[in-house]
Amino acid sequence: VAGNVLVWIVWVVAALALLTSGIAVVLFSNPFYSALALIGNLASLAVLYLLLAAEFVAAAQVLVYAGAVVVMFLFVIAYLGGRADAPWAGRPTMQSVAAILAAAAIAVEVVVVIALKAGDRLSSAAEIEDGFGSPARIGRLFLGDHLLAFEVTSIVLLVAAVGGVILGSAIPKESRS
Amino acid sequence: MDGPGVAAYLIISVILFATGAFGVLIRRSPLIVLLALEIMLNAGNLALIAFARQTGTGSGQIFALTVMVVAAAEAVVGLGLIVAISRKRVELDVDKLTNLRG
Repeated sequence: VAGNVLVWIVWVVAALALLTSGIAVVLFSNPFYSALALIGNLASLAVLYLLLAAEFVAAAQVLVYAGAVVVMFLFVIAYLGGRADAPWAGRPTMQSVAAILAAAAIAVEVVVVIALKAGDRLSSAAEIEDGFGSPARIGRLFLGDHLLAFEVTSIVLLVAAVGGVILGSAIPKESRS
Repeated sequence: MDGPGVAAYLIISVILFATGAFGVLIRRSPLIVLLALEIMLNAGNLALIAFARQTGTGSGQIFALTVMVVAAAEAVVGLGLIVAISRKRVELDVDKLTNLRG
């Protein structure tokens, strides 16, 4: 029972940190602060992954996102100067209200569909053995059942790397000035 | 399963996704639009991992790792586009990038 209470406390703290840092990312006027808030978002998400027995995904999340993607964002924001603009500035109020309504509609829609289609099956989670989300298990799945996904993933990464280099290299002469 | 059930994780994931969608709709700086897109992808990942825990198979986690790769590729291409746009001396504002409008 003590373990259960502890898990609940960790879950509540991580969930609150996740939602507040998510709202902070969206509402900070300075993009630099937004990217820093995203680190908090990703870290609390990794805690939730650990609670869901996904150890390897949590580690990969911290490495790939907080380690690589956010650093890349920070580099680009520092390079471009990161002009700050207030979230509500220069828009008709109607547009802001419409954005809030659309986001709320998405949330309600998804909750209703999940509750209708899977509501009765969500109450009982499956029993899992030790090492459910361990690197060994994930590796065996990746190189066994999901080999095609693994190989296609490597092509996606290669294409993205080539595209990034082409987009980032110098502009041809005729389009300069 | 200790702690909250899978449904609680799904609700958190939905709220996070709505936050990201709101950011994409409301912000004009393309950098913050990309950050909000990352939030939406991560909300999807949370739902995938919650369902993987519920069914007790690892496939959902494999899917989440693949989504992570796609998100990294999307960030590379998106940031490359933003840098290329800023080199053309165009103001970074998604409402003013209308060159492709027919």
